[in-house]
Amino acid sequence: MIDVRLEAPAVESDTGRPEEQAREVFLPRDARRRTPLAALATRLRWPLGIYTTPVVILVVWEVLSKAGALSATYAPAPTSIVKSAVDLWRQGVLGPDLSISLRRAGLGLAIGLTAGIVTGVLGGLLRSGEYLFNGLVQVLNTIPLLAVLPLMIVWFGIDELTKVLLISFGAGVPMYLNLFAAIRGVDQRLIEMTRTTGAGTWRLVSRVLVPGALPGFLVGLRFSLAYSILGLVAAETVNADQGLGFLITQGQTYLQTNQVFVGLAIYSLLGLVADQFVRVLERVLLRWRPGYEVA
Amino acid sequence: MSSTTVTRQPRQRTGALVEKVVRRFGDRVVLDHLDLAIAEDELVVLLGPSGCGKSTLLRLLAGLDRPDGGRVEVPARRAIVFQGDRLLPWQRLLRNITLGLRGPDAEERARVALAEVGLAGREKAWPKELSGGEAQRVALARALVSEPELVLLDEPFAALDAITRLRMHGLVRALRSKHHAAMLLVTHDVDEAIALADRIVVMGQGRIGTSHAVQLAAADREASAAREELRAALLADLGLADQH
Repeated sequence: MIDVRLEAPAVESDTGRPEEQAREVFLPRDARRRTPLAALATRLRWPLGIYTTPVVILVVWEVLSKAGALSATYAPAPTSIVKSAVDLWRQGVLGPDLSISLRRAGLGLAIGLTAGIVTGVLGGLLRSGEYLFNGLVQVLNTIPLLAVLPLMIVWFGIDELTKVLLISFGAGVPMYLNLFAAIRGVDQRLIEMTRTTGAGTWRLVSRVLVPGALPGFLVGLRFSLAYSILGLVAAETVNADQGLGFLITQGQTYLQTNQVFVGLAIYSLLGLVADQFVRVLERVLLRWRPGYEVA
Repeated sequence: MSSTTVTRQPRQRTGALVEKVVRRFGDRVVLDHLDLAIAEDELVVLLGPSGCGKSTLLRLLAGLDRPDGGRVEVPARRAIVFQGDRLLPWQRLLRNITLGLRGPDAEERARVALAEVGLAGREKAWPKELSGGEAQRVALARALVSEPELVLLDEPFAALDAITRLRMHGLVRALRSKHHAAMLLVTHDVDEAIALADRIVVMGQGRIGTSHAVQLAAADREASAAREELRAALLADLGLADQH
């Protein structure tokens, strides 16, 4: 027997000593005893999460305004915007405007989502539904929301109907497109498997297609909410005498920058609330996904 | 007219019957007048190299595909275990098993089926929490829960590691003593074929080439002269004799 020995190649450094091979050791994360101070530091590192940057911007903005570096006409301090909001509310202006806007958004969303979901489900499940709706919605999808506004005003006047329909249009199209794609995108192998178990069409729809299309539905819902707010802004900025958009236009006319910012802040809050709403839905409904931890 | 009604009549009461079945994909003839009969309670292993048409034949028996010629006769109550587990990721295990079941006792039957494959108490688990072997056991439970007369297994253990595969072979043998069904297992693993089969048929050129009845005791399937003889014969049938 010949004894074969494999020696690790000793790397000679300039000093002539064999250099140590770089090695790594992995230990449990909590191997080092954490002092209460260290634990506190970890907790405090990112207390605001993804909202850190917005908060920092607000603070810097406030400081610059207070220091007089920013003119109140262009960008009033955040605190003064909050004060304006409170004032407007007390004057009884903000409350009714906000409720009018929310009613428009709610009504428009209800119509748009209903139309989007009904056509999306029909298009997704039935071939004839696909032929009926798909081409139409694809064409509608290429038309920018804002470009439809003049036509709607010509057709439906400058009343509530135009505003609600514009919001519905914004909400319905993305819902249809995402729901259609989600239903068609359900894994064919799972559908085939379901057929072989002897499950009927109702089982196939309720246990496979609906839950399988849910992630795509939620993506559609997120787009729908965002576009409905976009539609709300567009509808209210043109020819409105009530609502948040009116508040902003009025603020612009009278150079009340505070008032413009109040309107913008509320729009962004609406958007944030809508986004958080969908996030909560995802956390509850999509627990089965590998990306989500079991609660 | 009368000839079609005659061929639509079932010819046998149990098992499965494939007669002169032809299946083409474009110009390629995958199944060329293939004949195969599976008796009641018999486990037939269909062995053959990749792409020889094993899965095509299995899909015809499953009713997922239709032949271009000949006839296929299978019981209405049949189940398939696919190569992947094909569990619905959005349903807990129990609901995955009750997918094709009806009636008030569906959940209880699913619970029993889950216990049979050694996963009692995991009814509320999500498929993502299972290992590959566990998921495939759930797929087995889902197939057997409907008490099928024919079970089709399409390389069900091909994606599992060697140790898990051996455990699954033991499980299949145990399940066969409780469930009486004709089974067709498609594989390209000669050892798996010997471990499980009542009969091994080797496929080639779109037909069943040779057929070997396996009447070995469980211990002899592990190691014996007869086993080695059978293994050599199967490898020869597959055209691999000189390589071993």
